[in-house]
Amino acid sequence: MTPNPSIFAPLLIASLAVFAWGCWKRLSLISLGQPEDRFNNIGTRFGEMLLYAFGQKRVISKPFGFNHFIIFWSFLILMVANTEFILNGLFPHTIKLIKLPFELYLPLAFMIDIASLLALIAVTVAAIRRLFAPPYPEARTKEAFFILGLIAILMLASFTLNATELASFMLKSKADPASFLAAAGRIMPVSAFLAGYLVSLQLGMVHAVAWWAHAVALFAFICYLPNSKHMHILTAIPNCFFHRLEKPNTQPVEAFVSGNTFGVGQVDRYSWKDLLDSFSCTECGRCQNVCPASITGKPLNPRAVIHDIKVNLLENGTALKRGAALLTPLIGEGGEGSVSEEAIWSCTTCGACMEACPVFIEQMPKIIQMRRHLVETETKFPEELLNLFENMESRSNPWGIAPSERTKWCSQLDVKPFDSDTMEYLFYVGCAGSFDSRNKHVSVAMAQLLDKAGITWGILGKDEKCCGDSVRRLGNEYVFDKMARENVATFIERGVKKVVTQCPHCFTTLKNDYRQYGLELEVIHHSELLRNLVQDGRLAVDKTTQEMGTTVFHDSCYLGRHNDVYDAPREVIGAATGSAPAEMERNRSNAFCCGAGGGRMWMEEHVGERINLTRVNEALEQKPDTICVACPYCMTMFEDGLKDVKAESVKVRDVAEIMAEALLR
Amino acid sequence: MLIVVCIKQVPDTTQVQIDPVTNTLVRDGIPFIVNPYDTHALEEALRLKDRFGCTVAAISMGPPNAEGTLKKALALGVDHAILLSDRVFGGADTLATSKVLAAAIAKLHAEVGEVGLVLCGKQTIDGDTAQVGPGIASRLDYRQLTLVDKIIDLDFSTQKIRVSRKLEGRHEIVEAPLPAMLTVVRELNRPRYPKVQMRLAAAEAAVEVWNNKTLQLDEQKIGLKGSPTWVSKIFSPERDKGEILGDGYNDPAGTAALLIEKLMAKDMLPI
Repeated sequence: MTPNPSIFAPLLIASLAVFAWGCWKRLSLISLGQPEDRFNNIGTRFGEMLLYAFGQKRVISKPFGFNHFIIFWSFLILMVANTEFILNGLFPHTIKLIKLPFELYLPLAFMIDIASLLALIAVTVAAIRRLFAPPYPEARTKEAFFILGLIAILMLASFTLNATELASFMLKSKADPASFLAAAGRIMPVSAFLAGYLVSLQLGMVHAVAWWAHAVALFAFICYLPNSKHMHILTAIPNCFFHRLEKPNTQPVEAFVSGNTFGVGQVDRYSWKDLLDSFSCTECGRCQNVCPASITGKPLNPRAVIHDIKVNLLENGTALKRGAALLTPLIGEGGEGSVSEEAIWSCTTCGACMEACPVFIEQMPKIIQMRRHLVETETKFPEELLNLFENMESRSNPWGIAPSERTKWCSQLDVKPFDSDTMEYLFYVGCAGSFDSRNKHVSVAMAQLLDKAGITWGILGKDEKCCGDSVRRLGNEYVFDKMARENVATFIERGVKKVVTQCPHCFTTLKNDYRQYGLELEVIHHSELLRNLVQDGRLAVDKTTQEMGTTVFHDSCYLGRHNDVYDAPREVIGAATGSAPAEMERNRSNAFCCGAGGGRMWMEEHVGERINLTRVNEALEQKPDTICVACPYCMTMFEDGLKDVKAESVKVRDVAEIMAEALLR
Repeated sequence: MLIVVCIKQVPDTTQVQIDPVTNTLVRDGIPFIVNPYDTHALEEALRLKDRFGCTVAAISMGPPNAEGTLKKALALGVDHAILLSDRVFGGADTLATSKVLAAAIAKLHAEVGEVGLVLCGKQTIDGDTAQVGPGIASRLDYRQLTLVDKIIDLDFSTQKIRVSRKLEGRHEIVEAPLPAMLTVVRELNRPRYPKVQMRLAAAEAAVEVWNNKTLQLDEQKIGLKGSPTWVSKIFSPERDKGEILGDGYNDPAGTAALLIEKLMAKDMLPI
């Protein structure tokens, strides 16, 4: 009867072989990736792994994630029961949990029983959800239902096993059924409950069927695991361990040496961690549900990008190992295993996908790597970018305006060139603040506020150059590299230590990207500086401004998500107007992009709904008189969007303008 | 078949100002760019290279720092880049310039390969004369096809070219035997963007420099000495029309009222 080691052992070995082969086949592909150091700060990494993999912190940030939490922890607990099952299958009646000391066995048995029940409920709920309210329509895959069914069979079979064992023990011991089941119910409530019903059946027969059902389901699970998206059970934990500890708000530098390749046009040009990412994707769809491109009908879906990288690696893996011709292009028509150019150019680099991913997959850097390949190696990019690239390179601003006009915004003001001996702050005005006719008003407001607060500050004037944010996010790393080196040299030469910017793109570039060039500046966004000055009493608001009416605040991606500055602009608005701004439905780390980041500012938006209109309409739901922003791009996108929806009575104001209204008018 | 492209390094005129005292261009600190029309000539040559496998040579007359311009041409894919640089070439007008360029093209014809086409921008943005291209054609006795906005047909076996010329309000289609000199307009094509790999290679590559020892021209006929043209004065035209009214940002309604008042005073608004 059961168990029968002579049948069980070969089946187990076969399953383990399939499992090992599947793991090897996939994980060995990861070694095709480029080297990348993710072994620093091991202690922190271990903590992150405990928090995010075992604690499932990001998973449970969404209500349904709790269901996954239950499945995950049941799984860990039931590993004990399954190990017992396997050992028992190999060496019948020798290794049983019941042989443990009772004070250990009783709680363990209880936990296993409850965990099995919770897992059964959780997979049922998951199946119902996937059927009636899937996270995204394509999530109703056979694969998903198969694995959920398999887990359910395992749970049902193990309950049946435990129940028949309890029932036969009860019969053998001739105990009083009622008191026996009541006592057993305190240890294994579900199994004991079931035992009461099974006792009248052919127990040996039921046990045998349940045992083999459990065995077969377990083998199927073992075989299936490494060959499906459920591989994430194995890879998600290391993926949390190896995730980028600092925010992934920059891209790696490239070495511009003859013979190097630039960007990623072939899957093995990604780093090993990028490839591990692709095997860690659970296809939960959280990224696509927050992606501004996906939501507004663009051909980009961050989940699909990661999936395509995985498929591409699997399809080309053998050829790559042998150095043969590849079967599927990484950047191509956009069939499975290829990412289309349209998708690559649709990304606003808002970072919402990375913020949403429960296992820290870094979608955005992978997209930028493909942009680099297109720009640097293929020189294939949307034609409107040609002017941008040339303007950036020849005149160091997006519009190609003469650099001599950089100081025109302050021609009526007494603004001094930065001098490190006498001045605390460099005000890095930025291209929009210097040239954009609307945004110059923000620079003027900021200049007046700095003076009012008694800050010593200056500008680089004609020596100021574009920070290079747009070209870097657009994948023109070669030009960015030149611009960054020039700027870093200027900052060092001029003895700059503290910088205030009024643009989140300048802010993040100076603060994070230039660190890669050895420049450690103390960079502060103007919303933070204004907040500090209000707190220190250097900007004392005696009379709040009522000019703005009802305000609503829009988080800029490069201020909020990429740099965690959420409170400062809100506090400035609160101080200036006397009341906190209203919040849009999606705010702070969930805020929806204006559509201009990642160089999208300089590109046409032909497909789907316009991202800025989606956001403008979301803002208008709060019935604001003023939409408050802290970014020149957001300002343009909102002003344009308000014109498009004929809501021009609603004003768009930068936080500095609002503070200036309260203090200076 | 060799195609020669003449390119010139020019100051970025959007950034140029005129010194009111000396009447000359203030070039200090002004970055140089490739004359924009020349980038279209270069692009067309590279397209012909892609299509027919021609060899492309870029030549430029200028000071030693014009090497940067030729490096850009190398980064885009030209096969030869030659800088024509010598003190005695300096101060040249269009006549003297065309003599030096023509001599260089003749030398390329003799030493590198049979020249089929010479491509130039229709004019440079600093001098705006549009004379150097035709000057080269005259010196070399090539057919000259100016203001080309499309090469309709190019047949090396019959040695013929047919192009469209963009004239004011009309197009003219003309055919000529090779070798021919074309000056091109912006509508001809969209210049390509250099690949990083090519930029890096161009940065390492050496630009060949030819001086007058190489070209052996009569010093009386080139440079300042060989230039009958001299500039008496450069000035910015006075702005006699147009003004900026009010402050449209802070007071849009008031500014609009001001504008209406002004237009009505001039009797330019129908009532």
